[in-house]
Amino acid sequence: MSGVRLDLQEPLPVPETEGPPARRLDARAWARENLFSSKLNGVLTVVFGLLLAWVAYRMFRFVFVDARWEIIERNITNLLVYQFPRGELWRVWAALYVLAASVGFGVGAAGRRSSLAAEADGVPRQGRSMVLRRVGPLLVLVVVLLVFAQSLTATLLVAGVAATAVLFRVVGQRVPLRRARLASLLVLVGIAAAYLTITAFGGVPRDRWGGLLLTAFLAIGGIVISFPLGVLLALGRRSSFPAVRIVCTAYIELIRGVPLITILFMSAFALGFFLPPGSERPSAVTRALVALVLFTAAYVAEIVRGGLQGVPRGQLEAAQAIGLSPLKTTRLIVLPQALRNVIPALVGQFISLFKDTSLVFIVGLTELLAVAQNITKQSDFVAQGLFVETLIFAAFVYWAGSYWMSRESQRLETRLGVGVR
Amino acid sequence: MSAATPTVQARPPLWRNVRVLRWAFQAGFLLVVALVLLYLWGNLTGNLERLGVRTDFRYLRQPAGFAIPDSDFRSSQNVFQALLVGAKNTATVAFLGILLATLLGVIVGVARLSTNWLVRRTAALYVESLRNVPVLIIIIFWWAGILLRLPPLDDGSDVFGVFSISNRGLVLPSLDRTGGLGVFLVAFALTAAAAAAIAVWRTRRFDATGEPHRRVLWAGSVLLAGLVVAFLVSGRPLGLSLPEGSQFATAGGLRFSPEFAALLIALVLYTASHIAEIVRGSILAVSTGQSEAASALGLSGFQRLRYVVLPQAFRISVPPMGNQYLNLTKNSSLGIAIGYYEMTRVTGISISQGGPAPQAILVLMLFYLGFSLFIALVTNLINRRLEIKAR
Repeated sequence: MSGVRLDLQEPLPVPETEGPPARRLDARAWARENLFSSKLNGVLTVVFGLLLAWVAYRMFRFVFVDARWEIIERNITNLLVYQFPRGELWRVWAALYVLAASVGFGVGAAGRRSSLAAEADGVPRQGRSMVLRRVGPLLVLVVVLLVFAQSLTATLLVAGVAATAVLFRVVGQRVPLRRARLASLLVLVGIAAAYLTITAFGGVPRDRWGGLLLTAFLAIGGIVISFPLGVLLALGRRSSFPAVRIVCTAYIELIRGVPLITILFMSAFALGFFLPPGSERPSAVTRALVALVLFTAAYVAEIVRGGLQGVPRGQLEAAQAIGLSPLKTTRLIVLPQALRNVIPALVGQFISLFKDTSLVFIVGLTELLAVAQNITKQSDFVAQGLFVETLIFAAFVYWAGSYWMSRESQRLETRLGVGVR
Repeated sequence: MSAATPTVQARPPLWRNVRVLRWAFQAGFLLVVALVLLYLWGNLTGNLERLGVRTDFRYLRQPAGFAIPDSDFRSSQNVFQALLVGAKNTATVAFLGILLATLLGVIVGVARLSTNWLVRRTAALYVESLRNVPVLIIIIFWWAGILLRLPPLDDGSDVFGVFSISNRGLVLPSLDRTGGLGVFLVAFALTAAAAAAIAVWRTRRFDATGEPHRRVLWAGSVLLAGLVVAFLVSGRPLGLSLPEGSQFATAGGLRFSPEFAALLIALVLYTASHIAEIVRGSILAVSTGQSEAASALGLSGFQRLRYVVLPQAFRISVPPMGNQYLNLTKNSSLGIAIGYYEMTRVTGISISQGGPAPQAILVLMLFYLGFSLFIALVTNLINRRLEIKAR
C-alpha cells in the first residue's frame, strides 16, 4: 500500500480567521435595520408595537391596580404547604437547608469537573451576567413569594438557604476531583435526607402534604424513581433477547399511547382491585406517585434509548475486544456515554413531569392548582370571581420553575456539546 | 498409531451452551412476567367477585342514567352509546385543534425568524410564556377566567344579529336544510368537477406558454357561480339559521358551549407554542445555501419561503409534528376538569354511576391507544411519502 494519503487522515489546520468586525449601530441605524427595513416591516412594527403596548398596559393595570391579591397574601402558607401542620413547619425549612447544601455541593463539584473539561475543549467561560440571567426566573419567583408572605423570618430563612447553597457550592469546588464523581450520588442522598427530615422521627407523613410542597414531592420523587426504571426499560428494549425486547416495547408503547389522566384514573379507582384481598389500600398520594412513575418511566426509556442508539458501535466492539463482560460493557462503556448525551432531554422530561403534576388535582389531591381553586371558596372570598388571581399565581409559579429549568437545560446542551461532536 | 488424541467436544455441556442459556433466560423472564400478571389478574377477579362487581363487559349495554348536554343523548340510552358521543366529542376537539394549532404554530414559528425585531420578540414572548405553563391551567383559565365571565345572555350579546357571544357560549350562523338536497348535491358535484378541470387546464396552459395561470381565481369563480346557480335551480334547499336570543337560551344557529370553546382555545394556544418551536427548528435546519440560492435567482422573500424553504422544512418537521398531534389528542382528555363531555369524562361519570372501574378504564385506554395508532399511522404515511428516497 503505497498510496496512503496522510493528508486525508489528519485534520486540516483551521485557518486563523478573524470574525467580521463588531458592528456598532446608533439607535437610528439599528431601528432602520431591524424595524423599518421595508414598507411591510414598518407596518408590522406599528401593528405589533400597538399590540404589545396594549398587552403590557392591560397586564400592568391588572397586576398593580385591578387585581385583589389579598387572597394570595392571606393564603400564601396554604398555597405552599396546605394542611401541613403549622407546628411542624420548621421541618420544611430544615429540609430546604439540607437540599440547598447537597445540591449546592453537587453543582459545585460537577461544575468544576465540567468546567475543567470545557477549558480543555476551549469553550469560553461564562461571565457573571450569565449566572444572573440563568437563575433570573427562580430569583423572581422567590422574591414574589416573599412579597406575598410579608414576613421577616421567612426572608431571613430564605437568605440563609441561598447562603448555604452558595457556601456548599464553594466547598464542592474545593474537593478533590476523585471524590467529585460522587456528586450526583450525594445529591440523591440529600434528597432522601430532606424527605426524611420532614417525615421521620414523628414528622408529617406525605399524605398530609399539600400545595407546592406536594407538587415538588411528586415531581422530584417521580423523576428519581422513574429514572432507573426507564433505564432498565430502555436496555430491555435494545436487548438481544426477543422475549425481553417484546415485553419492554409493549409496555413503553402502551403507556405512551394513553393520556396520563387515564393512568391516574387507573391508580385512583382500580389499583385497589389488583392488590391481594385484605391488604390496606395505599394512600392517595402514593397511588398518584405510582401512576406518575409508571407514566414517566416509559418516556425516560425512549429518551435513554435515543442515547443508547447514539453510542458508536465501535465503543461496544472495543469493550468486547478487551474482554469486558456484557454487564460491564453496559455499565462502564455504553451507559455513561448514552446518559451524558441525553441529559438535556431528561431535563425536558422533568419539566413536563413538573407541569403534569397539576393533573393529580383531578383525582382529588391538593397540590398547588387544587389549593389555588379551593381558596376561592373560603367564606371571605367566595363568589367574588377571584379565580383569575389564584390561577395566575399558580401559573406564574409553574412558569418560573419550568422556564428556569429550560434555561438550565439549554446551558447544559451547549456545555456538554450535545450534537456538536 | 491409534493414540487417543483428545477430540474436540462437539457440544459444550448444556449449562455452558450459550444458545441453551439464552433460551432458558428468556423462558424464565417470560415465566416471571406471566406469574406477576397472573397474580394481579387473580387478585382482580377475586376482588371483583368478592365485591359483587361483574367481571364482563355487559355494563356497556345497561342504561347510562345520565344525559349529555348539546347532544341527542338521553339518559335511557346505554353506556356504549354514551361512550360513542364522548368519542365523537374527543375527535371533534382533536381534529379542529390539530388544524388550528398547525396554522397558528406555523405563523408563530415563521414570525420567530422574522427580520423584524419586534415581531421576533413578540413571537418569542408568546412561545416562552405558554410553553412553560401546565396546559390544565390554561384550560381552566379560559373557562373560568374568561368565557364564564362574559356578560350573560341578553340583548347586548348579539353581534349584528349574526352571532352571539355570552357566558352560555358562542353561537354562529349555520345552514339548515329546508328542502330536498339531492338535485343540489348533484349540481354541486358537477360544478366541483368542472372547477377542477379548469384548474388543470390553466396549469397546463401555464406550463406550455408561461402566461399567468391564475388557476385559483379561475377555478374559484367557476365554483362560486356554479354554486349560486345550483342553489337557485334546486329551489333553495338550504336556509341560514341565525341565533335568536331570548333571555335564557338561544335557538337556532351552531352553538359552541363555553367548555368546548375553552378546551379548544387552550389546546390550540398551548400546542401552537410547541409547534412553533418545531417549525423554527426545521426552518433553521434547512441549509442557508438554499435560501441564498433562492435569493440569487431573484425570488422575493415570500417566494423564497413558499417555494424553497418551507417545503424542505416541512419534510424535517413531520415526525415531531406527529408527536405534537398525539399530545394534543391525549391532552384533550383534560376536558374532564371543566366538564366537557369527551371520552374521559363520560367514562368517569359511568364509573361514578356504578360501572365497573377496571373494565371502564380499560376501554378508555384502548380507545386512546387506537386513536394514537391512527394518528401515528397517518403521520408515518405522510413521512414515507415525503422522505428523500435514498439507497
